[in-house]
Amino acid sequence: MPHRKSLGLVWRRIPQRYRLMGTKCFTCGSHFFPPRPWCPKCRRKGKIEKHKMKGRGKIHSYTIVNVPQQGFDLEVPYILAIIELLEGPKLTAEITNTEPEHVSIGMPVKMVFRKISEDGDSGIIHYGYKFEPELKE
Amino acid sequence: MSVGIVGYGAYVPRYRIKVEEIAAIWGKNPEDYKKGLKVAEKSVPGVDEDAATIAVQCARNALDMTGIDPQNIGAVYVGSESHPYAVKPTGTIVAEAINATPELTSADYEFACKAGTAAMQVCMALVKSDMIEYGLAVGADTSQGRPGDALEYTAAAGGAAFLIGKDPLVEIEHTCSFTTDTPDFWRREGQEYPRHGARFTGEPAYFRHVISATKLLLDKTGTSINDYDFVVFHQPNGKFPLKAGKRLGIPPEKMLPGLLVNKIGNTYSGATPLGLAAILDQAEKGDRILATSFGSGAGSDSFALKVLKKIENPHPVKKYIENKKYLNYGEYVKHRRKIKM
Ligand SMILES: [Zn+2]
Repeated sequence: MPHRKSLGLVWRRIPQRYRLMGTKCFTCGSHFFPPRPWCPKCRRKGKIEKHKMKGRGKIHSYTIVNVPQQGFDLEVPYILAIIELLEGPKLTAEITNTEPEHVSIGMPVKMVFRKISEDGDSGIIHYGYKFEPELKE
Repeated sequence: MSVGIVGYGAYVPRYRIKVEEIAAIWGKNPEDYKKGLKVAEKSVPGVDEDAATIAVQCARNALDMTGIDPQNIGAVYVGSESHPYAVKPTGTIVAEAINATPELTSADYEFACKAGTAAMQVCMALVKSDMIEYGLAVGADTSQGRPGDALEYTAAAGGAAFLIGKDPLVEIEHTCSFTTDTPDFWRREGQEYPRHGARFTGEPAYFRHVISATKLLLDKTGTSINDYDFVVFHQPNGKFPLKAGKRLGIPPEKMLPGLLVNKIGNTYSGATPLGLAAILDQAEKGDRILATSFGSGAGSDSFALKVLKKIENPHPVKKYIENKKYLNYGEYVKHRRKIKM
């Protein structure tokens, strides 16, 4: 049985999970994701506000996962990457909609909304961000 | 002030399976199905995709086209026969993902393959009556056929979303519906796969409803087929829409731009909306479009649309149709979770 997450925690993280809601310090221009309530550079002078990341970035590094955690059995092998967002922050996310052989460091990627996991057959479905290669026009 | 489509967005998952691959597993002759259904391959969702994720992608693509603040969307309606939850509206997930919450109304629609167009009609009415500024209507499905059933060759995944508002790109000049209780396609509560009336599906179900709704629309608007540059009908296979078109005297070239079923299969609630989106991608200012959906044996919604402005879609349907990766049957089974773990 996959690990059940607290519903309260899941709910509080919806803005960040569903639409990359982070924060921005309007004093120095730094962006934060996950959102930070204060700016480490400006400290008391910092003016922090909610800010939605554009959802574009590039692959900073990645690894291929062949041994899944419980609940991810259908997805192996999957690609786990550290992504550097256009705004600067780095985050860890799965790369979807492609195969390991098509992935490379520096590759431009775009945020997509996907199913992340399910709490068994009867629990909540967890949705959130993954990233996919930018589709060429 | 006219009401209609201010933006639209479509999405088709990247994976495909060929009719040959399915037929080989069941020991059938693929040519029978390719000729009988006029379908070569169908789309298959990724393991992490469902009707909600498809609806979100469509909605984001529609918003990309407009620059409208999602906080001004007053209604989100998602039509599907594969809502991820039996109880808990897909519309709430979509509304949250596009940042339209919390001041809005939402509900899910179900009417087999015509749930998406039903959502369009409701959004249109809410905008027209000034109850909301913008409404988002989505038709999205990851439909399933029982393994080995005829539906397995066509049941596909995809969707399209329409942002309905005033001062539109495409005016909805008129809409009307034709509905009866015809037992053609159903799924009982708790059952995994739908059942269908097989041969019954043709005359009293598809043809009667599509043709009647279309004639009703022509009648009510005082127009004839000649007044329309493009026509799109629900497309459960490649044969039915062209046959219905022939009976109504519609030249096939008016239907081909919106006929996607041969390349992506039957996307159910996504089918007519996707066909309409593909037509809008290539329509020009002044063009008139006739669209008629069909669902469950039992109903059709017909629309008369007129393109008022030049359309530039940053995410054309063609882009998604051409981006594809083929699966073998084993991979397909995994994608569609036909294995019980
Ligand atoms: Zn700062």
